[in-house]
Amino acid sequence: MSWDPGKDVIEVVRAPAPGAARSTYRAFRETVRGLKTTFGRMLEKPVTVQYPEEKTPVYPRFRGRHKLHRFEDTPDNGGQAGLEKCVGCSLCAAACPADCIRVVAAENTPEHRVSAGERYAEVYEINLSRCIFCGYCEIACPFDAITMGHDYELSDYTREDLIFTKEMLLAEPLERTPLRKEGE
Amino acid sequence: MTLAVVGYYEEWWIQVLKAIVIFAVGLQLVPLVLLAERKLLGRFQARYGPNRVGPFGALQPLADIVKLLTKEQFRPSTATGFLFALAPIVSIVTAVVAFSIIPFGNVQNIFGTPVGLYGVDVSIGPLYLFAFGAVAFYGIMLGGWASGSKYSFLGAMRGAAQLISYEVSQGLALLGVIFTAGTLSLTGIVEAQQGMWYIVPQFFGFLVFLVAGFAETNRAPFDLTEADAELVGGYNTEYGGGRFASYYFAEYLNVLVVSGVVTTVFLGGWLLPFGLHPPGWVDPFVVLFKMGLMTFLFIWVRATLPRPRYDQLMSFGWKILLPLATVNALVTAVLVVVTH
Repeated sequence: MSWDPGKDVIEVVRAPAPGAARSTYRAFRETVRGLKTTFGRMLEKPVTVQYPEEKTPVYPRFRGRHKLHRFEDTPDNGGQAGLEKCVGCSLCAAACPADCIRVVAAENTPEHRVSAGERYAEVYEINLSRCIFCGYCEIACPFDAITMGHDYELSDYTREDLIFTKEMLLAEPLERTPLRKEGE
Repeated sequence: MTLAVVGYYEEWWIQVLKAIVIFAVGLQLVPLVLLAERKLLGRFQARYGPNRVGPFGALQPLADIVKLLTKEQFRPSTATGFLFALAPIVSIVTAVVAFSIIPFGNVQNIFGTPVGLYGVDVSIGPLYLFAFGAVAFYGIMLGGWASGSKYSFLGAMRGAAQLISYEVSQGLALLGVIFTAGTLSLTGIVEAQQGMWYIVPQFFGFLVFLVAGFAETNRAPFDLTEADAELVGGYNTEYGGGRFASYYFAEYLNVLVVSGVVTTVFLGGWLLPFGLHPPGWVDPFVVLFKMGLMTFLFIWVRATLPRPRYDQLMSFGWKILLPLATVNALVTAVLVVVTH
């Protein structure tokens, strides 16, 4: 004896409502409505951002390519660029989930003073082909020596070229990406 | 017994000259339609469309053609060689031949020589069109079958079924016009539209013919023979290079042909409304303008409507279009008999 589902059966109506004339009219009306919709789209301005010429603006908190920072000025280094903020503590490397930062620290000496602390980063490399741009390095840094910039145009021809060295990260970056304005 | 009578004969050299001119004009129109389609589809989808090759992307069709013609003429090992090569030729030849009877104007005096602004004015205009429309499907069917691929084969089978379903309605839709005009010559049909274009009294015929025309040209929403989503590319899956270019070309030329036929039969050809009678040299431009409007409609519909399922296509063709066309033809026949 088969089970009687009783009132649990839900009938789904798939066909158009009965009445050929009405459903034909409905199909025609919906077609015309669709044509009206697409015609309206044609009169609007395209939403395309013409990329190499126009760039998508970024928010101030956008996490792009990293930057290393120097102090604005240091009194006793004869007009040269300020001391590096990075003291080579490797906390960024420890925080990095992608393991893409390599820091080799060295001692500062009075003759060769690079940073304000005891030690400085002799080697500071970020492998940008591995970096996931999570921003943990920025959070981990006790001296705000590393921050995330706004540059997102990071393609290159070889993998080696994507390993950014300390000099490249310290250099004043090209501001290639526009910042998003208020209300944009 | 003569099969067909040609309305107006010129000297043989005028015929040759006309053939060359119509061929040239027709062939120059195709890249324009191609470009217009891509630009307009872009606009319909709120993007720009091609705008990199040349000013405003104007050289895009040229780049397409060069790309296609420099590609390898690939042929699968399962294909039937001769038929595989023949099929695109059938498609393109039938499209060009159908283009030849679209009238761009009546007989004009050009440097003292009377020349009809059409390829030939046959007394069986619509029949000629249907004949070559039917042959055009051999291009698709042969192409699909000779490819030796399941996708192509399915596309070809769909094409065959679609042809049978929609050509009947298309013929019946034109019957109303033929009854009213009392002639099968396309120039005669245009002349009979003095005062009132047939789109007004034959509105249902116009709708049915238009829908069947979409099916005839295998354009969206009736591109089930191509159906890129489920059949990869349908009948032209295995084609590449110049042969694919021929199919592509034939498709757009067919759009122009159907636009031209609709213009001639329903939109009054070279006639202008409000009793305007411009000099004869304006006529071809009037026809081209109306053809342009029809082509725009083709593109507009393509940008709007999704492809119906196969059974929906069949039931629409047989259950809605065919009865509508039949009733339209019957009512027109009765009215013509009553009023004359």
